[in-house]
Amino acid sequence: MSTSFFEGVLSSAALSGTSILYATVGEVIGERSGIVNLGLEGVMLVGAVIGFVVTAETGNPYVGVLAAALAGATFNMIFAYLVVTRRGNQLASGLALMFFALGLTAIIGKSYVGKPIGGLKDTPIPGLANLPQIGHALFEKDLLVYSVIPVAIAAWLLLYRTSWGLRMRAVGEDKTVAFAAGLKPHRLQYQALFVAGLLGGIGGGHLSIAYTKTWQEGMTAGAGFIAVGLVIFAAWSPIRAILGAVLFGGAVAVQLQLQARGSNVSPFLLDMIPYVVVLVVLMLFGRVKGRVVPAGLKNVFEGTG
Amino acid sequence: MSSVVTLSKPFYSRFSRHRDTLLAAGAPIVIALVGFAIVLEAYGKSPIATYRDVLQGTFGSVRGFTEVLVIMIPLMFCALAVAIPARIGMLNVGAEGQLYIGAIFAAYVPLNWPGLRLQFMLPLMTLAGFLGGGLWAGLSGYLRAKGLLSEVLSTLLLNSVAGFGLQYLVFGVWHDPNSSNFPQSKPYPEAAVLPHIGSGRLHIGFMLALAGVALFWFVLQKTRWGYEMRAIGGNPEAARRSGIPISWYIVLLFVIGGGIAGIGGMAETSAIQGRLRPGFSSSYGYIGFLISWMSAHNPVLIVVMSFLLAVITSGRDVLQITQNLPGAAVNILMALILFVVLARRGRKPEET
Repeated sequence: MSTSFFEGVLSSAALSGTSILYATVGEVIGERSGIVNLGLEGVMLVGAVIGFVVTAETGNPYVGVLAAALAGATFNMIFAYLVVTRRGNQLASGLALMFFALGLTAIIGKSYVGKPIGGLKDTPIPGLANLPQIGHALFEKDLLVYSVIPVAIAAWLLLYRTSWGLRMRAVGEDKTVAFAAGLKPHRLQYQALFVAGLLGGIGGGHLSIAYTKTWQEGMTAGAGFIAVGLVIFAAWSPIRAILGAVLFGGAVAVQLQLQARGSNVSPFLLDMIPYVVVLVVLMLFGRVKGRVVPAGLKNVFEGTG
Repeated sequence: MSSVVTLSKPFYSRFSRHRDTLLAAGAPIVIALVGFAIVLEAYGKSPIATYRDVLQGTFGSVRGFTEVLVIMIPLMFCALAVAIPARIGMLNVGAEGQLYIGAIFAAYVPLNWPGLRLQFMLPLMTLAGFLGGGLWAGLSGYLRAKGLLSEVLSTLLLNSVAGFGLQYLVFGVWHDPNSSNFPQSKPYPEAAVLPHIGSGRLHIGFMLALAGVALFWFVLQKTRWGYEMRAIGGNPEAARRSGIPISWYIVLLFVIGGGIAGIGGMAETSAIQGRLRPGFSSSYGYIGFLISWMSAHNPVLIVVMSFLLAVITSGRDVLQITQNLPGAAVNILMALILFVVLARRGRKPEET
């Protein structure tokens, strides 16, 4: 069955958009509590390697996904300790976390490089999967793809319709005021970073368990950084993050399809596309201004944090 | 960043202060070495044997020691690239990409005018390297100064773009037809190779890097620009009110920092590779970031820390060869050092 260019793009956009969206939604939650985590790149790597290893060892990809989530969350607690308890510089701590993950995952994954796994199977949705053009591309995917948009919506509900979300956002706006109002800022930030770690871990896990079904050293290749960028584009809303993920997924997909179809353009120039697209989009729409920015973040972005 | 204020006092004024800073910088390394030993132990490797091998590989022979100094060169360039904008609170995470673009710009000179004489070739390559790295970083500085995009994100994303750009060139238009399968450019003519010191791989890039550090120190301590930089780093709002052109400084310091990384890329490709190749940098840009932070962006400490991290970086090979660990494992040690530094600095009231 030959697929059209459109179908190919849609299908691979769904896959690459999924993993980035889990990570972006997680980062939105963390940033809403007032913390920017560049270590997300590392969290995703840890999720990818642990998810892969557990899937390979147990043969059950769902256990693998669960392990990826927990590993991401646990790993993110190192970051939480550094920035919340020790008040270390957020951006530098995030990068340190990424370094740590690069080394750690290289050791953990060493004997799994090139090993094949069954991975997460596609579960076609009856009826929808038979739709022309979009059916195969969108409705014959793994369960993580289907659940990512509901997760983004759930995150929005969590942030805006629960008292936990309200308290957490209050901390993100002004820690001191939140504390004076009787909240426990540190505990809330730890919780937010735990949830962010769960989602970042799933994002990484999706890469290795469902998308590539392999483990490679440093396989996230900057996806975590892109997710942090997309949070700005999403104006700190999990719902708008969907748009960001579609955009990034689309850019990756177009590039992959062009390569697969033997385009004359050098593959390395095509490889640049997603990064350049994100850069340009951030330049155009990412202006850090107005009320959308959690006030507690301004210090971080403006270099006084 | 308040840690910047920290260093505004002349660090050279008293010996004791010197010693304290060195101690403060040394302790995290010890803690991190212990932490890394635990990781090694957990993986059934002997930490003592590993550390012994690393020490033997680096201090055990003239050749090994020279190699440490050789690795120090790009590390010092990259650390400067991070430290210079950091003094006004800007985070340059893009030294890696600036290194690449500097190398690319510099490579343009010998690949297009192979006949140039050494006294024209090398200065032109240096200038090109500075220009390349400077423009690349200047873009991030400009976006930041205009309030369009956080410099952290733009520098990180531009690293990836620069990496692909380099690969594009050596796989494509600059590919050497005589090295069929290797992605690399033609070898540079002799006039484009930086002179070496002695018989080993050490080259005069070492002097260039040290000169850069000295100049940074001088500007910082002895000139009005240094004074204004410290003012911005200490309290941007007050600096703005007193009429210091902050936006101008942001762009300028990014250009200078990136330009220095670019010279680093030029030096490495010219003296060590003798041609343009991808993968000439083993994450030197990121390690430079680490060094700058460990040194609290202090010029003298940058030299000391570059040396230490060069020892650790050359330990990469030891991990791979004698301990059968992936070379990237060395990142764990570097991250642990930075963890301790950040955790300690965060807690302290900022006025050491």
